[in-house]
Amino acid sequence: MGTELFEILRKNKEKVLQLWLQAQQTETEFSNNFNTADELRAQSAEFVDLLLSTIDESNIQDFSPPGLESLTDYISSLTISRARQGFSPRETATYIFTLKDALLQVLSEQAGTDPMQLYKASMQLSKFVDNIGILSFETFITGREDVISQQSDEMAELSTPVIRVWNGILAMPIIGTLDSARTQVVMENLLQGIVDTGSSIAILDISGVPAVDSLVAQHLIKTVNATRLMGAECIISGIRPEIAQTVVHLGIDLSQMITKATLESALKFAFNSLQLEVRRIQKDKAN
Amino acid sequence: MEKIPILKMGKFLLVTIQVDLYDRLALTLEEDLIEMVYKTGSRGVLIDISALSIVDSFMGKIIGNIAGMSSIMDAETVVVGMQPAVAITLIELGLPLAGVHTALNVEKGMALLESRISSDPDDNAADGDD
Repeated sequence: MGTELFEILRKNKEKVLQLWLQAQQTETEFSNNFNTADELRAQSAEFVDLLLSTIDESNIQDFSPPGLESLTDYISSLTISRARQGFSPRETATYIFTLKDALLQVLSEQAGTDPMQLYKASMQLSKFVDNIGILSFETFITGREDVISQQSDEMAELSTPVIRVWNGILAMPIIGTLDSARTQVVMENLLQGIVDTGSSIAILDISGVPAVDSLVAQHLIKTVNATRLMGAECIISGIRPEIAQTVVHLGIDLSQMITKATLESALKFAFNSLQLEVRRIQKDKAN
Repeated sequence: MEKIPILKMGKFLLVTIQVDLYDRLALTLEEDLIEMVYKTGSRGVLIDISALSIVDSFMGKIIGNIAGMSSIMDAETVVVGMQPAVAITLIELGLPLAGVHTALNVEKGMALLESRISSDPDDNAADGDD
């Protein structure tokens, strides 16, 4: 694409903008979530301005050189702000692709009659705008993924609290499925809790775990062993009948661990091993 | 050559590992410790690894070795103060240190050794003779 063609596009900036805005309005997929048409016009004008001042001979061939940073940054922030304003990714993509139509139209009207040259220029321009569209979509997806990973981090953090039940006794109720990543968090939190509080007994309550398969059992055994290495004892409590059934049917050996049916019996066991006693106060004797 | 000091405290030996153990040092420690158990007739070995932040399979093996050797010489081994990261690493390496007793800190480790020795009737008899 020759330099003169860029010149033509730059000279006809106003025309491109005009055509683009028209195309946006005729597009049925397109909805204007902006308050005013002026706002949309201002944004579009800024985009066209930036695009036409950035594009040149070298970067139209290759969408990655350092010269394009201002454009790519602008597209990223544009995508993010449009996503926040409630545009669907389809709308944003349409917004960008209608610009291609406008650019090509101006090109065909102004750029002479050589079909070969026009064809080449159109292809390059089209590819360039496609790249902008891809970038916008990528930004959109990255944003979504960030939100998802942030939420799953928060969930992992929220769902594994370490509770100090008594001086020397920690409890950790586990709710939801135990996978490798989760076990890691559980283990780290529990061991850190043991160090912080100097507790010698940890109760892992699995009544909120929907199913125990061999992998989950493996994770539990790991946690119990790690606790033992730290010098504390780990009791697994909250074994429901279904869980006991599956564990035995799967042939998993949990005999190395201290297991209790309920948190209550685990707590009793813990009191026992700490030589503590919980008693009802004898009112008669007090009198 | 660098050496890890082995302190005799009553009936027990106390080893505090303050530096990162490299293989050679660990082997020397193993040798020295067993020698000391033999010489002093200690009934318990307490290894404090609270300052140890890195552990590998070799270290895990050495700790297991020390425990095994001590136990056939009638001395119990207690490892105290293991860091969470170290515990997780050992578990992930598949080294649960089955023969080793553990405790949260030196104080609890001492109490554990004390209770294990006193529950041993032979030893009580020997104490009575003294």
